[in-house]
Amino acid sequence: MSKEGYAVEGRQRDIDFHLPGNQPEMTPDETRLRVEELRAYYGKSLAVNNVTLSIKTKKVTAIIGPSGCGKSTFIRCLNRMHEVTPGARVEGKVLLDGGDLYGSGIDPVEVRRRVGMVFQKPNPFPTMSIYDNVAAGFKLNGSRDRRIIEDKVEKSLKMAALWEEVRSDLHKPGTSLSGGQQQRLCIARALAVDPEVLLMDEPCSALDPIATAKIEELIHELKDSVTIVIVTHNMQQAARVSDYTAFFYLGELVEFGATGDIFTTPEKRQTEDYITGRFG
Amino acid sequence: MAGNTLYGAGTGASRQHYLYRKGIEWLAWIGMLFCTGVTVFILLMILGYVLYQGASYINWEFLTALPLPAGETGGGIANALVGSAMVVVVATLMAVPIGVGAAIFVNEFPSAQLGRFVRFLAEVLTGVPSIVVGLFAYALVVRPLGSFSGLSGSVAYAFIMIPIILITAHEAFRLVPVSLREASLALGIPKWRTILWVVLPVSSRALLTGVVLAIARALGEAAPMLFTAFGNPFWNLNLKKPIATVPLLIYTYATGPYEDWHRKAWAASFVLLMVVLVTSVLTRVFLRGKSNE
Ligand SMILES: Nc1ncnc2c1ncn2[C@@H]1O[C@H](COP(=O)(O)OP(=O)(O)OP(=O)(O)O)[C@@H](O)[C@H]1O
Ligand SMILES: [Mg+2]
Repeated sequence: MSKEGYAVEGRQRDIDFHLPGNQPEMTPDETRLRVEELRAYYGKSLAVNNVTLSIKTKKVTAIIGPSGCGKSTFIRCLNRMHEVTPGARVEGKVLLDGGDLYGSGIDPVEVRRRVGMVFQKPNPFPTMSIYDNVAAGFKLNGSRDRRIIEDKVEKSLKMAALWEEVRSDLHKPGTSLSGGQQQRLCIARALAVDPEVLLMDEPCSALDPIATAKIEELIHELKDSVTIVIVTHNMQQAARVSDYTAFFYLGELVEFGATGDIFTTPEKRQTEDYITGRFG
Repeated sequence: MAGNTLYGAGTGASRQHYLYRKGIEWLAWIGMLFCTGVTVFILLMILGYVLYQGASYINWEFLTALPLPAGETGGGIANALVGSAMVVVVATLMAVPIGVGAAIFVNEFPSAQLGRFVRFLAEVLTGVPSIVVGLFAYALVVRPLGSFSGLSGSVAYAFIMIPIILITAHEAFRLVPVSLREASLALGIPKWRTILWVVLPVSSRALLTGVVLAIARALGEAAPMLFTAFGNPFWNLNLKKPIATVPLLIYTYATGPYEDWHRKAWAASFVLLMVVLVTSVLTRVFLRGKSNE
């Protein structure tokens, strides 16, 4: 097991000094999140086994793998949402800028402000207006000054490419929007808290192709300011939006590397089979 | 046409089977119609009979005047109306925070077993006869304070309301999608704020329905008032003193020796019934308005 971990580790170190597939850059990428020997349990059953990898600052990392392989479980460990499930437990380390999110005395609430999350199904708060949805998280740690909140709401909605569509309907319920708009609202809501990392668990799987294209475009723009981890079932999507790709299988990290490499010259047979659609 | 190709054109056996199923369906329909009819009929009968007996006696004086000495015709039940309102309002103020708070506890507490146990207790409590609740309030409030009082009546009503509110609130919280809670927690909103900002507002309609249900239930209970609020023929706005309430007044008048009292008992029943009905309907209308906003 630890052998695998090291193997992955070795490959990754290579990447640090290589040009990543999609985004040629002259400096090696910095690590924002470092995951070490992460294990996640539901009760007694192990859902994520001994995963070690590094997520690079202001890059998009895609997590792919067949259904049930632990992708959702894995990214929920990155903002301490896994432990919200009754009976769920995590072992190992997740270092955000060097500090362990699972260290003693670390407040999960604080962690979740730094590592935001967008879910598979759009889930705006049904009792709140569009405006209040976006302001919900921000109001907590930010100022109570109306002007500052208004600015933040506008800025977040612009970042989520939703502002033009809703600027005159900010008081309407968040649930009155279309599915794609709701998902962008959820992205705006997450961005309003100024997270350093944004986790997205299949953010497009409930959306039509046009809404999907919008979100993908958005991810491209967002990575100038945030580090993104996205779970996707869609190979093309992973290839389009990500700089790095991690392939999970049966709870283990099989292969991790620059997206270009993973999709053109995968090292593992399983990865190749999955990417070419031979299984999964 | 489509129906013909589906059913009619089959072989004899399948056609027969189809008719058989149709027959069963008709029987089931008639059975359900009958049961619904009985329910509606009972409700209309009660309403109609109370209306028939009581409505003719209802006038402005009945609603606004104090009771007259026994045997005299005229007078009203104003003190009991106000008394009931006061006792129930105070009971609601006690029962809502306790019932909703306990429901939150049952729903959120990490130990599912303890939660289930509290929930079970609440279910048992709804089944406790209201006279026993009255006795309990007597022992708990009246004895120590040394006198019957509206307050002790409120405590008795609160005991009746708490389990109803707890159970409806718990059901409401259980229906709040996990995804909404998680959306809030994932924003770094602490758990207690998530409960206040997301869970409570999302379930507010069901909560309100539960509270109205509990109020309606308490409003009509006479037994818990026997040894608590006790009744009072005069004006009283002091909850530390005995106070008149409508159900107890109905009980007293209905079991009294005077024909006029019996009429008043019917009229008071009608008023009580109308208050409960109007409250329920208003709640419904209000909730419908809210859902369309
Ligand atoms: N709440 C839970 N309780 C118990 N086991 C769970 C729970 N959620 C997930 N699992 C198990 O953990 C494993 C990983 O699940 P996970 O949801 O992380 O998979 P996934 O890769 O996200 O799948 P999908 O692509 O279908 O979303 C699965 O075997 C699943 O059965
Ligand atoms: Mg998943």
